[in-house]
Formats: sequence, C-alpha cells, structure tokens
Amino acid sequence: MTTTTTSVGAPTAPSGTEAWDEERAARKDTREGWLFCAPYLVLFVVFVIFPAVWGLWISLHRYDFTLPNKPFIGLENYTSLIDGSSPWASVFWESLRNTLLFSVLSVPLLLVLPLAIAMVLNQKFAGRNLFRAVYFAPYVLGVAVIAVLWRYLLDTNVGLLNYYLGRNIPWLTDVPEAWVSIVGVTVWWTLGFNCAIYLAALQGVPRSLYEAAAMDGANRWQEFRNVTLPGIRSVLVFIVSTTIISSMNMFGQSYLMTAGGPGNETRTAIMQISDTGLRQFDSGMGSAMSMIFMFFLLIISGSVFWLTNRDSDEKPKKKSKARATA
Amino acid sequence: MTTLSPEQQTSQRMTPDQIQAVPDPDGGPGEGRRRPWIFYTLLGFLTLVFIAPLFYMASTSFKTPEDAISTVPQWIPAHPTLQAYERVLNDPATPVGRWFLNSMVAATANSLLAVSTATLAGYSLARIPFKGRKVLFGLIVSTLFLPPVVLLVPNYLTLNYVGWLDTLLAVIVPGAAGAFGVFFMRQFFIGLPKELEESAFLDGASRWQSFYKILLPLARPAIATLLLLTFLTNWNDFLWPIYTLFSPEQQTLPAGLSTLQSANSVRYDLLMAGAMISAVPVLIIYAFTQRYIVEGIASAGMKE
Repeated sequence: MTTTTTSVGAPTAPSGTEAWDEERAARKDTREGWLFCAPYLVLFVVFVIFPAVWGLWISLHRYDFTLPNKPFIGLENYTSLIDGSSPWASVFWESLRNTLLFSVLSVPLLLVLPLAIAMVLNQKFAGRNLFRAVYFAPYVLGVAVIAVLWRYLLDTNVGLLNYYLGRNIPWLTDVPEAWVSIVGVTVWWTLGFNCAIYLAALQGVPRSLYEAAAMDGANRWQEFRNVTLPGIRSVLVFIVSTTIISSMNMFGQSYLMTAGGPGNETRTAIMQISDTGLRQFDSGMGSAMSMIFMFFLLIISGSVFWLTNRDSDEKPKKKSKARATA
Repeated sequence: MTTLSPEQQTSQRMTPDQIQAVPDPDGGPGEGRRRPWIFYTLLGFLTLVFIAPLFYMASTSFKTPEDAISTVPQWIPAHPTLQAYERVLNDPATPVGRWFLNSMVAATANSLLAVSTATLAGYSLARIPFKGRKVLFGLIVSTLFLPPVVLLVPNYLTLNYVGWLDTLLAVIVPGAAGAFGVFFMRQFFIGLPKELEESAFLDGASRWQSFYKILLPLARPAIATLLLLTFLTNWNDFLWPIYTLFSPEQQTLPAGLSTLQSANSVRYDLLMAGAMISAVPVLIIYAFTQRYIVEGIASAGMKE
C-alpha cells in the first residue's frame, strides 16, 4: 500500500481517507474563512463596492433624485464638462486647478519640514518624546476645530497675527493671502503626522551605516544623501503618496476659513463635487465630476509610483547583473 | 559582607546623575555641540508655534464678547467668565451639549462596529487558508486607493432610500466599511507565530475557540490602537456629517461648529467655546494615549 499524498495535517488518519479528509478540511476552511469575513463584507459591498459601480452608472444619467425622471444620457455629463457647454464646466475646472495649486504649494512643505524636524528629534536628548507629542497634537483635533480657531487668529481686524505683524493683511478675504493662510494652517495641522512616520523610519536606519559613513569621511550632506535618504526610502514613497492624496482631497479648510472665496478662488474639487451632487441635486453631474477627479488622481499617483520605482529598480538590476556575470 | 571589592564597586548601579554625566558618544545636542542654545531655542520656538494657538483658543473661550474682539490680544482674560459656555450650551439653535452627546454616541458606535468587523475579517484573511482569499484581500486593499468622494453621491442616495439621512446611523454605519481597519488587523495577525493556534487545534479546539481564547487576547494592543484611531477619525469627520445631518439636534460637533460659525460669524467667544468642547475630550484622550496613537500611525506608514 503506497500513498502519494503527504499530509502533515492529519498524521493519524488512515491512509485511504486522507485525501478525503484534506478536501473536507479545505471546504471547512473556506466556509469558516468567508463566515469570519461576512460581517465586514456586508458593509464593504453595500457602502464601497456597490456605490463605486453605481456612481459610474449615475454619471451616465441626468440624475436628480427629487425628480421621477432620470433619463440615460450616455457620456453627455462628461462631454459637456470637457467642451465647456455645461454651466458647471468653468467652475469645476477652476476648482480642479485650485486643488492642484494647493497641492503644489503644500506638498513640498509637508515633505521637507517634517523631515527636518524628525531629524532633529532623532537625536538623543531629554524630552524628545514630549516634543513629538506636542507637534502631533494639532493633528488629533480635526479640521473643524482647526479652521474655526485659525479664522479667528487670522481675522483682519482682531486677529492675533495681524496684531503682532502690525499690519492689516486680508489673510482670508484676498488672494494670494488666502492661499498662504490655507497652506500655512494645513502645514501646522498635519505636519506632526508626517513627522511621526519619518521619525519611526529614521530610528530604523542602522547606526552602523552612519559610523561607516563617518569613517569614509562623508560630510553632513553626503551622509544625508547616501545614508538617510536610502534608509527611509520605502517610507518616503508612502509619505509622498499619502500627502499628495490628502492634499488633493482638501475640503474643510476652504469650506470653513474662506467659504471658497474670494469669488471661487479657493474653492476645491471636493467642495464643487459635493455641492453639485448633494446641494444642487445634480447627482449625475456630481458623479461625473468625481470620476474625472479620480482619473486625475490616478494619473498623479501613477506617475509618482512610476518615478519612484524607476529610480529604485535601476540600481539593484545593475547589481544583480554584475553578480550574474561574476 | 562589610566591605566591597573594587570589582563589586564598579559593577554597582549608577545613580541617575552619574548616568547623565557620562558623555554621549553620539554627540547629543547638549554636550559637545557647538551651539546648544540655538538647538533649544529652535525647539522652544517650534513648541510655542504649536501650543500658543491652542492656549489662545482656551483663553478666548473664557472671555466676554468685547474682550474676545479687543484689538490688543489678551492672553489671560481680563474679565474671566463662563458666559460663552452658558450661551452655546443653552441656545436651542446651536445645542452644543446635544452635539457633544451625538458625537460621543456616533464615534463609540462607529468604532465598535468598524473594529469588531475588521478584527474578524483581518483574522480570517491572515490565518484561514480559504478559497478566494487572495482575490478578496486584493479587492479590499485596492479600495484604499479609491478617493472617498467617488462614493459620496451614491452613498447619500442609499441613505436617502433607507431613510437614514438626518439620523446618527448616517455617520455610524457607512464609515465602518473602510478598508484600513481590515488591512491593519490582518498585518497584526500575520505577525503572530502560527504555532499558537496549531497546538490549540491539536487539543480539539474549534476555529472560533482558537480565535476567541488564544489570538484575541494577544490582539488587545492592536485592537485598542485601532479603536482609538477609528474613534478620533469619526469624532473629527467633517465632510460627510455636514451633508447628511441637517437638523440642529441631529448634528455632530464638527458639523455643529460649522452651523455655529454661520450663526455667530464674529462672536469669537462663542466659537472658541464650541471649539473647546470639541477639542478638550480629544486632547484628554490624546494626553493619556499619545504613544499608542502616534506609534499606531507610524507603524501603519512603515507597513506599506
């Protein structure tokens, strides 16, 4: 009697029933696996998968849920936005441009400043965890508190900032001042988040690498360029992508601090999409806008991914080739 | 036992002063640095930048309406009063007390729902070798990259259809469907050694018993961190509640702050009192759990 199946799972079972037992165990695993996932999957299907597909469908209709008729219009929502014939077109593209402008202004600051602070906090000194906790504190407060507070501090007439500057700068009612305010407040609010992630990454860079660099006579910049940056590379990719995504999704700061003003100068894409879809009840148009927005976001994250991966792939490839020929 | 040999003396524990007196080989900012005072001035200045606005918010919430808009800043209220709090808590148009309660109920219910479903699913995806597992996990993770705004309009219509608009269910249930919790718990369960469960199965434990009695107690720190992060996210959520909750008595604090601001746009004493009522609970939680919150977020970044 020879058995070809080798099972570790049921060593005491008679050999003839082994295959059958294994199959039964696999079926039991499958049943239990899906059963454990079931409660989450109900939520996931109803509030993520279904709406993602339905949103695409809605965007192909003139969809006002307060009206009984919701005619199918194909790509008209999209084409009227693109060729400018929709009354929403100009304000939508302006909001998208504003969102990009905000991202271009805030992302570099949110990448560099937290890294600088994290590198300072990465040195050994008394109370550094306390400093980390303080810099992180605004982040736990949420945009509503932050925006209401800073609207007060940035008030043209009674605000703290203008008092100490001795000026009457219209921080929230004129551009470019409003952008300076929104970007500044966002940096103040979310800097601690990136800083905490950088710090955790920096602590993972082996000390021996710094010692080796010091022995080779590397200066500060060379050490940063050749030890620190490669050491935190994977985390850097994470921070770059999450910072871009959250900047593109900016909403509350504009909504509460400037109400999108002056005019529509600080109105963001999310503000326009939710306003069109939920306040003006043009759900079809709102959905079409959100799809276009997602398209832009995909292009941006895709190019970030491509840029960072192209960089990291080249070097190991060369190395492995060298090894293969050796 | 009366005298110590030299060897014993050197191996004695050092007092804290002695430890500090040992020069730091890595070159701490104090000793050995060329200009330690620049270092500490910089840190001190940064700390001020982060603390002062919050302090001023607290201070203004105790001011009279006139002092709140005095052109010369008052770091300490000249006429300390609780009247801003009394006013916002008793005004029927802006029932801040009710909003506080709503936020408490919503954030608690949402985080319990999200974390319990995510823990079960995360365990299953990490530990049960079931058919379709890889595809399912791939699908769940891919939705992490879906911009939430894409779901905004359809989910609003769903809530309208089931009659949940303008009820707390609107801010409790849909938010629990996010993929982050599942991803977070799966990463945790994958990190636990397999042997833990194998011995339980040999003793005849069922899947549920092994999960409930062996892995769940070990997962407590991860569950606590996820509960905290989920609670804070829901407590602070702004976009969704301002569109799904309309009546004053149904709102949560962030949506309510927006209502408060439209109703009293330059009554900064009232606005700061409202902001304080939103901020203080979170700051208290943060003060006691900041290590878990910060490290939970940092570890989520490291795992990518």
